[in-house]
Amino acid sequence: MNANPAIRQEASSPQTSKPVVQAKGLGLTFETNDGPVRALADVDLTINKGEFVSFIGPSGCGKTTFLRVIADLEQPTAGEILVNGMSPEEARRKRAYGYVFQAAGLFPWRTIEQNVALPLEIMGYSKAEQKERVHRTLDLVNLAGFEKKFPWQLSGGMQQRASIARALAFDADLLLMDEPFGALDEIVRDHLNEQLLDLWARTGKTIGFVTHSIPEAVYLSTRIIVMSPRPGRVTDVIVSPLPKERPLDIRESPEFLEIAHRVREGLRAGHGDD
Amino acid sequence: MTAAAGTAPAGTKTPVFRRAAEGKTLPILIVLGVIILIWYAFTVYLNAPWQMDAYERAGTEWTAADLVRDTMAQERPVLPSPHQVVAEIWKTTAGTRLTSKRNLFYHAWITLSSTLLGFVIGTVLGVLLAVGIVHNRAMDKSVMPWVIASQTIPILAVAPMIIVVLNAVGLSGLLPKALISTYLSFFPVVVGMVKGFRSPEAFQLDLMRTYNASGTQTFWKLRWPAALPYLFTSMKVAVAISLVGAIVGELPTGAVAGLGARLLAGSYYGQTVQIWSALFMAAALAAVLVGLVGIGQRMVMARMGEKP
Repeated sequence: MNANPAIRQEASSPQTSKPVVQAKGLGLTFETNDGPVRALADVDLTINKGEFVSFIGPSGCGKTTFLRVIADLEQPTAGEILVNGMSPEEARRKRAYGYVFQAAGLFPWRTIEQNVALPLEIMGYSKAEQKERVHRTLDLVNLAGFEKKFPWQLSGGMQQRASIARALAFDADLLLMDEPFGALDEIVRDHLNEQLLDLWARTGKTIGFVTHSIPEAVYLSTRIIVMSPRPGRVTDVIVSPLPKERPLDIRESPEFLEIAHRVREGLRAGHGDD
Repeated sequence: MTAAAGTAPAGTKTPVFRRAAEGKTLPILIVLGVIILIWYAFTVYLNAPWQMDAYERAGTEWTAADLVRDTMAQERPVLPSPHQVVAEIWKTTAGTRLTSKRNLFYHAWITLSSTLLGFVIGTVLGVLLAVGIVHNRAMDKSVMPWVIASQTIPILAVAPMIIVVLNAVGLSGLLPKALISTYLSFFPVVVGMVKGFRSPEAFQLDLMRTYNASGTQTFWKLRWPAALPYLFTSMKVAVAISLVGAIVGELPTGAVAGLGARLLAGSYYGQTVQIWSALFMAAALAAVLVGLVGIGQRMVMARMGEKP
């Protein structure tokens, strides 16, 4: 199965291959009261411009930690990492990425448009520019007409869409998403996955996406990073042969099932260690 | 909508009464009635020994009806009856010139002015301390124990010293009294606001970090709005104890005006009716102050999109 020509061939030509994230020998050890915990060990990975990369693995495999290292929310203890050719801190100061958390985390005292405008206010955009961008990004996530609503007036899925709009409102080319749909039910999730693919196609952003749903990872990604815990490391990298245009029923196709199978195998192998 | 329309025809007969029965008004009135009844019973019970002595000395025959009537009309009763207190309040508010020193409103205003000054200083001080405690590790470790320790000292013991010390440095009048209110009222504000400023979740702070927001921006756009509900809750407590502080501040200082002075004068001369009417004025004042903070809270929270 590893010899599948489609998979191999795609691997050599991922987009125009300008690296956005480059990690080399990356390691992160947390010092806890019960001794050191190796959250990440020897991670070598490059994410190229325009890719949709999913990180999948059981909890404790370091997938979220890796995303947080890219975002300069955690400091690696070994190896090196570059984001847009800079250190993660520089990249963060230059507002190189938008981050979407598992909880939508909209500020309850702000309306939807004020929430989306939050990063713009902080970054000092003019009022007119803020208005224009809020309008544009809310349109992009199909939330036009909900500008004046407060978060509690929206469903969970809509709140998460608003939080994606918030991450898209400024011009970061990299979108980091940490299990953004993990708390939503299956039907809403399918719907949002479809919309996310559409949004990715329209904006050409690079996306790093953490999930523990196999179908979600396979459906969305151009590349799937399978990780395993203790210590957190990459066990398999799968380049998806699926076309960029993906209707929901592609999930019944043999190619889809084949990749899903390989992901599952990878996850099982990672678990076999302990 | 339809439910409201359904009850409307029945409601048109006695809407006020109906609303009272459906809302909180009726239970409150029932409790109030019970309290007044118990009060009257105790008025008779507590004032009866003195009254019976008086009958004996005068050698008059008395019936139970006489006893009940007379225990409620003593000049210096152990416990004045509710209507005596109401009459006293009426006489000393509506029945007296507003600028007169006998007017209870005049005394209430004296106490109120130092309450408000002390409350404002206390709230500002409390918020500033909380900002320092949340943003500075050293302050968190060093200030908080003192804040807590300050409240273990009985205010009655400290109040005269504050007044005396401040008088010695040339401060007298409103400010020393207000500072006693401050001493009491900053505490709930510090505790509430430290909690409020720390109420944003870790990922919300991370979110601000991903925007490369400055400390000031994080404070005004996240910590402050998140803490506002805590501020109002603390302010409700703070304003009530500010009033206590102002009254206590008037007790040991020989103040000639204010509700505290009124309580003290009443107890010197055994004027229980005067004491009780001052107490009720203080309670009413506290209720109004807490109510005003509550209205402010509702207005601000409505603007901040709180679920109705």
